[in-house]
Amino acid sequence: MKPAFRNDAYAKVTGKAKYTDDYTMPQMLHAAPLHAELSCALIKSIDCAPALQSPGVVRIILAEDIPGQIKFGQIIRDYPTLVHKRIRSTGDVIALVVAESRAQALAALPLIKVQLQELKPILDTELAMSETAEPINPEHGSNVCNYHRVRSGDIQQGEETADIIIEQSFSTARIEHAYLETEAALAHLRPDGVIEVIGSMQHPFSTRRFVASTLGFPLKDVEVRSVPMGGGFGGKDDTAALVCARAALCAYLLNRPVKLTYSREMSMRESYKRHPYNMQYRMGVKRDGHITFVKVRMVADGGAYCSVTPWVTWRSTVQCCGCYEVPNVHCDVYGVYTNNVFSGAFRGFGSPQVNFAVEQLVEMAAGKLGMDEIDFRRLNMVKQGSTTITNQVLDTHKVSLKQVMDSVLKEIDYESKRARCSFGDPQQDKWYGIGLAISYRGMSLGAEGVDFNSAILNVQPDGSVLLETGVHENGQGSESAMIIIAAELLGLPVESIRYRQPSTSNIPDGGTTVASRGTLLGTGATTEAAKILKGIIAETLLSEYKLKAERYENSRILTKDGQIICSWEEAIKLCYSRQVYPYAFGVFQAPRVDWDEETGHGNAYFTWVYGCQAVELEVDPKSLKVTLLNMVAAHDVGKAINPPMVKGQFYGGMAMGAGYGLFEEVPLKDGGVIPTNLHQYRLMRATDLPEMTAIIVENPDPTSPSKAKGIGEPTLEITAPAIANAIYRATGKRYPDQPIKLRADR
Amino acid sequence: MITVNGHRYEPDSALQERKLSDWLREDLVLTGVKIGCDIGVCGSCTVLVDGKARHSCKMLVKDAIGHEIITIEGISPKDGTLHPLQQAFVDAGAIQCGFCTPGMVLGALALLMVNHHPSRSEIRQALKGNICRCTGYQQIVDAVQNAARIMYPVPK
Repeated sequence: MKPAFRNDAYAKVTGKAKYTDDYTMPQMLHAAPLHAELSCALIKSIDCAPALQSPGVVRIILAEDIPGQIKFGQIIRDYPTLVHKRIRSTGDVIALVVAESRAQALAALPLIKVQLQELKPILDTELAMSETAEPINPEHGSNVCNYHRVRSGDIQQGEETADIIIEQSFSTARIEHAYLETEAALAHLRPDGVIEVIGSMQHPFSTRRFVASTLGFPLKDVEVRSVPMGGGFGGKDDTAALVCARAALCAYLLNRPVKLTYSREMSMRESYKRHPYNMQYRMGVKRDGHITFVKVRMVADGGAYCSVTPWVTWRSTVQCCGCYEVPNVHCDVYGVYTNNVFSGAFRGFGSPQVNFAVEQLVEMAAGKLGMDEIDFRRLNMVKQGSTTITNQVLDTHKVSLKQVMDSVLKEIDYESKRARCSFGDPQQDKWYGIGLAISYRGMSLGAEGVDFNSAILNVQPDGSVLLETGVHENGQGSESAMIIIAAELLGLPVESIRYRQPSTSNIPDGGTTVASRGTLLGTGATTEAAKILKGIIAETLLSEYKLKAERYENSRILTKDGQIICSWEEAIKLCYSRQVYPYAFGVFQAPRVDWDEETGHGNAYFTWVYGCQAVELEVDPKSLKVTLLNMVAAHDVGKAINPPMVKGQFYGGMAMGAGYGLFEEVPLKDGGVIPTNLHQYRLMRATDLPEMTAIIVENPDPTSPSKAKGIGEPTLEITAPAIANAIYRATGKRYPDQPIKLRADR
Repeated sequence: MITVNGHRYEPDSALQERKLSDWLREDLVLTGVKIGCDIGVCGSCTVLVDGKARHSCKMLVKDAIGHEIITIEGISPKDGTLHPLQQAFVDAGAIQCGFCTPGMVLGALALLMVNHHPSRSEIRQALKGNICRCTGYQQIVDAVQNAARIMYPVPK
């Protein structure tokens, strides 16, 4: 394979790359947050006097000091940047201490005396949903943050025509993103009146909205700049933006640069987690293997604040039946407020939970029918032209589910290895199991929201190129993908293109780098910009040379038949001499999607990706320790722009998905996060993982200008169910709760 | 006396109780030393102490006196090119967010200095103390293996 290309690799591998906390400024102060000790309480009094006497302390900032709005949020404005009266979560921040050094700010925190009146927290979703429950966010009224549903076909008929019915409850845990870099922000008020912020966040424009709302500034007076970010995985939106807003608040009030860097303890305490789900599934099948209906009720614990719970649960709704054709569907999904630490976006975004359930459920159904689980999948899976449960016809792209599944079955030699599975055989010293899971995933935001992005190609007089887009690099290599696409289209070496450090003041909001949309939307807009740029250049060349420029190769511009018109540099020089800017602004607007909340019908996503993963593992019958032996993944990425980085997404997704299956959970006590640091949170280490195989499947997607689709999330959404299915074949037992904890007593 | 990347420092007594990681980052501006957990479990702050990989957040400045410290800033040639191990990380696609990368490179370097031809499982074992949340380690193991072949070629 060709060596990987990354525009930021040199800086990162030499330690030169500067992340937020690596920056300092003259006169810089440091802030530290005081968190609430209880998850449900009223603030009776705050005494800052002793803390203000502490060495180096400059000021203590409270909610009443906020010049703009105290509360903000991406969907519902319910999150207080600083808590005013009522505590709803142990992640709430009551005060910010600002001091000359970080150590001094931290030392003063315990000196702030806060008197709380304890109230009874609501920690259980079903209790929270009951009629008599006190509303946690009274402005919203009910504790049901949101409700989505699907009503397809006739559920009664589905029940009647079923020969066998399977009922099973599943649960999934709250988990931590565990990005290696904690939240951090550095803000300062510029002489021109603009508050400038750098921070560890995955969406500079969302951050800008949080900062502007907190300060009461118009958006033009807030500039958020991107610097390298040490991991996000969906987790660097709300909390990260709030940290930026708090740093900006301090910097504005004190008119000095302020840095706010979270310790791991602060980060784990306050940051949102993956939504824990409770899911009750009821599925009917005919003897011939066809699924006749699915009825499901899901409840997601959103915690104390809304964040993006309505969007996360919407994806679960659309994908509630996995990648299968189901004629009759009755699905109810609730996002619920509790006093638990809040939940938000996390790579996968509502699909890992559902797939954990569905991909076990289909195997349970096949088992009851005495049918091969692969045949069962083949029979029911979506195919070219299939209608999804939300009434979307899959005909805009290649439906490659069978292709990806077949490639994994072949690579791992599934059929012959399945025959070796132990099913808990007491005669064996080691139990062997193999398992697999498949999925489809709607690309990008779908009917969650507006979905467009822009790119600027700005060619300099010497022919070198500045490129930028409105989406943010999360570490996955999206900037590199955009450079590669631009280089390909313009016939230039990647070295001649620089990805400009993005700023919210220089390019329109391209939406957040979530939903596996960074590469899709970024390269889409880049492709459109390249088209426009080539049009400008061609017109200039036509007037000079009377030749039609059609090909851009090796830094030269050619006619259709291969006649060289001129070099790239000469063409650019010509443009400038003719007073024409070789500058293009390209926009990619995602194709239209639609959704009816009443029926749960619509073209939910403009395209879909298909994936299959299989896992081999071994269980020690005595210790019940699970050892992963092999993992194989195949995903249809449309087009692999930077194959080594695409594979990196596969491996990283599988690793995270395996951790989800086997280890990861954030236990709570009275709504607060118990693990304080990474020593109490089990992450996959190099020794926990087997060698992995990544199979890149490419069916160029007609709906994507660059033909590429996103891959960040599909790669982790089916690893856990593949493990669950392998554990079933090793032990003979089903584990419907994630993380899977093997027990001897069942 | 502490040697850091070939330079000698005489930290005064007021500094001696500080964390080595903080001293390296804040006073010496060697910000390639990253802080992920600050309690010695993630490996982002890994430095070489007399050639051995150590978590600098678990050491005090005084613990480093009389020792030779190498940070990520100290392993590339002065001409701006990369150490073969660094180049292998770049080429193998072993870098995503990059936050674990300095510690990971130094951990791997410590291994290669004592084991010129590690197996894949030996590499995994040596990097057990370094968490990466992005890559799944696969391409990191590839990189270390490729670097070993270049740094210590086996005579044919």
